[in-house]
Amino acid sequence: MPDRVPVIVGTGLSDYPQAPHLDGVQHHAQAMQRALADCGVAKDEIDGYLDAGGGGMMIDDAVTMAEYFGIDHRYIDGTMTGGSSFEFHVQHAAAAIRQGLCDTVLITYGSDQLSRMGRGLGTGGLGRGVKRFAGPQQYEAPFGNSLVGSYAMAAQRHMYEFGTTSEQLAEIAVGVREFAGLNPRAMYREPITVDDVLASRLIADPLHKLDCCVISDGGGAIVMTTAERARDLRQPPVYVLGAAGAQTHWNISQMPDFTDTAASRCGPVAFGQAGVTPADIDTIQFYDSFTITVMLLLEGLGFCARGEGGAFVKEGHLRRGGDLPLNTDGGGLSSSHPGMRGIFLLIESVRQLRGQAGEAQVPDCELALACGSGGWLSCIGAVILGREHP
Amino acid sequence: MSKPFWEAASRGQLLIQRCPSGHRQFYPRAVCIVCGDDPEWEAASGRGTVHTFTVIRQNHARPFRDELPYVVAMVELEEGVRMMGNLTDCQLDEVHIGMPVEVHMIEAEPDVGVPFWRPAAGGPGTRGATA
Repeated sequence: MPDRVPVIVGTGLSDYPQAPHLDGVQHHAQAMQRALADCGVAKDEIDGYLDAGGGGMMIDDAVTMAEYFGIDHRYIDGTMTGGSSFEFHVQHAAAAIRQGLCDTVLITYGSDQLSRMGRGLGTGGLGRGVKRFAGPQQYEAPFGNSLVGSYAMAAQRHMYEFGTTSEQLAEIAVGVREFAGLNPRAMYREPITVDDVLASRLIADPLHKLDCCVISDGGGAIVMTTAERARDLRQPPVYVLGAAGAQTHWNISQMPDFTDTAASRCGPVAFGQAGVTPADIDTIQFYDSFTITVMLLLEGLGFCARGEGGAFVKEGHLRRGGDLPLNTDGGGLSSSHPGMRGIFLLIESVRQLRGQAGEAQVPDCELALACGSGGWLSCIGAVILGREHP
Repeated sequence: MSKPFWEAASRGQLLIQRCPSGHRQFYPRAVCIVCGDDPEWEAASGRGTVHTFTVIRQNHARPFRDELPYVVAMVELEEGVRMMGNLTDCQLDEVHIGMPVEVHMIEAEPDVGVPFWRPAAGGPGTRGATA
């Protein structure tokens, strides 16, 4: 009986954080070439393909990209849950591999967001006229909310309910910046302090500029296959031990509880599949669109009790040398955020588990948790990856 | 689906939905999100409290860039549903979670009223321009 345990064998990142020589589709392509070269899989072996689109170009949906790449798929998936899409993709690909629906899976993402649209994007709004907006957006568009504003409303409520402070949120940005200093490709590498974060201008109260992720270009690709096939490949396999996703809303005005995300639903499922607890995790790669995103994921996944995220981050767990280093590539807050960053979380987890993270390497890294947040704290995907299979 | 809401708003009336079992919801949909039954329109009180909010200080899109800074709030109606809205007629530093607010309609374009919010009568607001 062949061993159909799903593993990640190849990863590739396209040029980032700024790559004016690439369009969105070219980011997909470059990342794919690098992921295949990483593991030694040939392109014609790929029989499963997953792509969320969302790179800002109309032609990067899954079926169009499969045609573009020349992939004769037996399994295809275009699930789009915003920045967490790729954590959902790993869940789906793992199931498909176990079921024998396909053997060798490619997941890609690419975006030229910075080069194409520039830095105004993150706070960009829509016009007031309601007649131009169909569906739920007509009930939000008239009010000039921004992307940052949606997360700011969650931060404001967290502060109100639990006494969380701007200093505590800033601590997250400071720690991630420290890791960015170790990544030659990170967009911002100079160390910052809590005071620097608080002194940066408010974008949407209570979030400051340095509470917000960067805007970049970039893309990534992942190759998954069976543990059996992985034995003949270039890289040590990284095992998918648990993968789960959940959704509470899509539009921010429908968020049922501004201090609780779907992480509290999908976290226990992922931990249960892996047979581990938060205390066993060696590094976390979390979606850090904003500092509050990280805090809500920490609480939702059970790394600390609900409402205690502020005190938890102040204890230094997430910093370099801490027992739960966060976003060791510099994260979205300092390194890169091409719009939907979830694939970077998985790729950095793999780098840590292979022991290939250089100065940022977490000692004895056996278990990593990648957790993506898509939309406006809407769709959460948690993936637990391990160096060994139990 | 949305036409009755916007037409009512242009007449100064705020509508939400309520199904035969009493589940209320906003935004309007063709089904009740609790039980799947048919929702009907119901006039809301127009009174609520600020559940959470932010002060938008950067937005490049018109017309909002000309109105900065302004408050975007999630207002929890007395009926229990929440809706997004702008808060006017008060100073920015007066806005707080739990603040009582009441609706007032702005005619954003012909025949389309948009619900805005201001401090409830007797509340802490001061009349005048939004800060």
